[in-house]
Amino acid sequence: MKQVPAVPAARSLSPGARSPRARSPRSRAGAERCPRRADAGPAGRPLLRGHRRGAGAAAVVEDDRDLPRRPALRGHRRAGAAAARTSITSRYEMLYRSTTAQEELALHAATAREADAALRPLQDASLGSLTVYVVPETSSLLPQGISVYVGKHRSALVRAGGGLAAFHTRLRQLTQVMSFTASSIAAALSDRVPDGQLGPDARRHLKSSLGYEITFSLLNPDPKSHAVDWDIEDAVNRYVQPVLDKLSLVANFSVDSQILYYAVLGVTPRFDKESSSFLLSAHSLPHVINPVEARLGSSAASLYPVLNFLLYVPERSHSPLYIQDKDGAPVSTNAFHSPRWGGIMVYNVEAPASPQASLPLHVDVDMVRVMEVFLAQLRLLFGLSREELPPEFLVESPGNEGLADWELDRLLWAHTVENIATVSTTLTSLAQLLGKIGNIVIKDDVASEVYRAVASAQNTMAELATGHLHSAFQASKEAVTSSERAFFDPSLLHLLYFPDDQKFAIYIPLFLPMAVPILLSLAKIVRETRQHKKEPTKMD
Amino acid sequence: AAGPGRAGAGRDALREELLLSPLPAGDVAATFQFRTRWDADLQRGAVSHYRLFPKALGRLVAALGVRELHLALTQGFWRTRAWGQPPLQAPAGAELWVWFQPTVTDVDKAWKELSNILSGIFCASLNFIDSTNTVTPTASFKPLGLANGTDHRLLRYAVLPREVVCTENLTPWKKLLPCGSKAGLAVLLKAERLFHSSYHSQAVHIRPVCRDASCLAVSWELRQTLTVVFDSFSSGQGKKDWSLFRMFSRTLTDACPLASQSKVYVDISPKNKENELLEVTPPPASVHEAVVQGDKRTYAVYDLLSPSLFNTSRSLNVQLKWKRPQDSSELPTPILHAQRYVSGYGLQTGEISTLVYNTHPYRAFPVILLETVPWYLRLYVHTLTIITKGKENKPSYIHYQPAQDRRRPHLLEMLIQLPANSVTKITIQFERALLKWTEYPPDPNHGFYVGSSVLSALVPSVIAMKAVDVEQSPLFASLFPSSDGSSYFVRLYTEPLLVNLPTPDFSMPYNVICLTCTVVAVCYGSFYNLLTRTFHVEEPSRDGLAKRLANIIRKFRGVPPL
Repeated sequence: MKQVPAVPAARSLSPGARSPRARSPRSRAGAERCPRRADAGPAGRPLLRGHRRGAGAAAVVEDDRDLPRRPALRGHRRAGAAAARTSITSRYEMLYRSTTAQEELALHAATAREADAALRPLQDASLGSLTVYVVPETSSLLPQGISVYVGKHRSALVRAGGGLAAFHTRLRQLTQVMSFTASSIAAALSDRVPDGQLGPDARRHLKSSLGYEITFSLLNPDPKSHAVDWDIEDAVNRYVQPVLDKLSLVANFSVDSQILYYAVLGVTPRFDKESSSFLLSAHSLPHVINPVEARLGSSAASLYPVLNFLLYVPERSHSPLYIQDKDGAPVSTNAFHSPRWGGIMVYNVEAPASPQASLPLHVDVDMVRVMEVFLAQLRLLFGLSREELPPEFLVESPGNEGLADWELDRLLWAHTVENIATVSTTLTSLAQLLGKIGNIVIKDDVASEVYRAVASAQNTMAELATGHLHSAFQASKEAVTSSERAFFDPSLLHLLYFPDDQKFAIYIPLFLPMAVPILLSLAKIVRETRQHKKEPTKMD
Repeated sequence: AAGPGRAGAGRDALREELLLSPLPAGDVAATFQFRTRWDADLQRGAVSHYRLFPKALGRLVAALGVRELHLALTQGFWRTRAWGQPPLQAPAGAELWVWFQPTVTDVDKAWKELSNILSGIFCASLNFIDSTNTVTPTASFKPLGLANGTDHRLLRYAVLPREVVCTENLTPWKKLLPCGSKAGLAVLLKAERLFHSSYHSQAVHIRPVCRDASCLAVSWELRQTLTVVFDSFSSGQGKKDWSLFRMFSRTLTDACPLASQSKVYVDISPKNKENELLEVTPPPASVHEAVVQGDKRTYAVYDLLSPSLFNTSRSLNVQLKWKRPQDSSELPTPILHAQRYVSGYGLQTGEISTLVYNTHPYRAFPVILLETVPWYLRLYVHTLTIITKGKENKPSYIHYQPAQDRRRPHLLEMLIQLPANSVTKITIQFERALLKWTEYPPDPNHGFYVGSSVLSALVPSVIAMKAVDVEQSPLFASLFPSSDGSSYFVRLYTEPLLVNLPTPDFSMPYNVICLTCTVVAVCYGSFYNLLTRTFHVEEPSRDGLAKRLANIIRKFRGVPPL
């Protein structure tokens, strides 16, 4: 069987309506373009074979009239003027070509998964680009009823057929799944978008940072009856580390764990007679974390945000403990997560068969069960939840790495945009501060940091506009670092400067006596002019 | 309570201990010690999974290359003369001394960072530690743990005598305990009682120790100690009897379930050989005899982990009764004690005098004296005199580092030989510097503190001592390693000094501004009037006030009016 490829790649995102490389005025308007030529592939297969289109961009500019316009995303700068709204536009750059012989060979595999694995070494693996292979309608590579297969890496298989329009829609959905959607970018900018525009999910994501600290804590409120032991070191090496290795491109991660004894939740669970178990209802969950957090300990040695994953082994007098969702049904994982903070899982210990069993009861935690939940929560916190997909989509599970390559790209797109927004906010606030205090001293190193931040931010935009995701992200990180360093420079402290109104207060003893003769003579002048006016009227 | 030994994360063990000792003057000293020992090397950086060892401190040690850390926060002053040799003394205020690893390249930066982080962890003002109060002693502070070299450039020492210790420092300290204050001995640590006392000192000591006798591997030890002295005499209506409940308003009900050892020791050493003066209830299960600080002592031991203890009653309330009133004349004087004061009059010069007593009847011993004096007291080193028994005593070692204004303090270290049964007086004169007006702290008329001076000595013991095994002996005896059987290590701190500096009148600038402004304003007013008024030649008024007055007087005198 012969597959005809279309390789749309190198998509560009240009934020802030500045796209220096925009090839036509239209492309700046934010219209998303799908490959017009791609649909010709499956239909006219022999025709396209060997006909490699290198200049996809030219084609793109021509045919975007029958495609829906993507609503431009509106972002807000928090500290900036209200009028300083920014819109983000994006643009896809498509390239078409036929398959190479090796790809052809790889696509002969029995299943889509094998094909995906075999295609991996053949792709150019630059961040942010996607390779879509169009397979004939009759291909048995994809299972029945599935027309789009999203692989673990930066590639997807799309079944041709169903007409041009259907194929368009499919491709558009595919690119949105594998890169970013308006909502994922909006979520990244959620701090700068006014309330009410976003769902609760948007605020779940962690803010972009140069590093994160992940802390696993085992809470044992009742060490007298439970001697809980967990092999966290092995579990971290086995399950968490592969994910973090993959994410190391995004940020630095450090992992540690601790066991806290006598740490209790802030809520007393309700006893349910029917199931003879204890229940935590969904509305009481917000109160659970605060008393625990006091014990968690802050990360004194670094400034990175901390992700907390707590494993709570309920006291003997409160077990088994189950979490209920809003409808009153028990949550199957017995876990919940708190946006931007972390997750909590309740781990029930089976009561010993004989009540005479000696205390403390030795408990070995099943780390597979725990880590499954924590990794799912980790993905949620990074905003990598799988969205609702049409039934014809089949998304390959990321496997042991916990993260597909294209999901990493999604994260990078969002973080790059967020970093730029952070930089602009920081610099705006700094500019406001400097504007407020006229005589503030700006040292040379602070000034150079500001210049560097602006240059890096501009560099980021330029790189984004050309679609170089990796260098754009690196530049955005530099911009954040420089802007933060400038902003938090100890010499730029508001309180170091004497407010002008107090200076005036000190000189009141001078101004007040000096004002007296002036005011008196003013009063005299007024009196005299009045008299002057009266006299002529009298004469009249 | 030790977890199963796994590769990487080693075993850890917790021991807790309370030592109650009636002091000669009638007060009661309670010393809590919590010792967490972890058979893992924090320095390698590979360890990140904590169990009993607190994560906050462990990360600190690993991140900043700390080899040894000693932090003490103290309220009050241990009166060595009346209370005897302290098990663990600390100077009033905050004291921090740290040995860094030889791999640390910029020790000053790490020190600054460390003090800032500790200040966050313990809610103390340790962030005020900077180069003006940090010194690098050469001889006084040796590593207490395992150490290969003692390059003193890796040591930093600072004292903040002005620091006030209170509940907000105790709470984070308690949080570091594996059982918190929920179980074990720590339930007694109730802030309102602890700070209603004559002396309160809490400390954290982190050091590497040998894992076993062969000492091939390193373990890390965290000791959290808390010493508190209750004045039972005045609070107990003249009686010196005390009980746990009366002191802490709590009793002990259980041991911390994570502790491998949990014991209460009560010092019941007979003062005279023949008569037993004390009675403790409940009767102790065992008695421990040891030579502590050159003195034979007997301790009643209550093991909270032994099930028999809580058989008869649900809680343990140790009580101590005196059978008959004790005569105050038999107060023993400690072999080494010291006092310090500042003398002189006026606000220009003064003198710091330190008196060091050696009451040993026949043995002389050397003592290392460490003085750190802030830069604003300018020491005259040529006036340094050390006089013992009317003769000059030449120190065998002197290390003096002069101060630099606003940069570093004076550091004076001396090794002085103390003859038997003698008083040594060390005096040095100083001049008070004038500070810039922004350098004065709030309430400058209160005075400026000068930190305690530190005396470190190996005091010869009257009774031969056995070398102690750290893992077996009670904790209170094992912080300082004893070198041999004939002497024991003592570190004493003298009183902090309060010195008045010439303090300007801080309202003066405003007064000057007011005065100047008034003068300027008056001048301005007259000039303004002069410049804006129009002058007319005035006709002499017919009936001026002066003329009328003159006429009245003339009338009075009988002279015709004008």
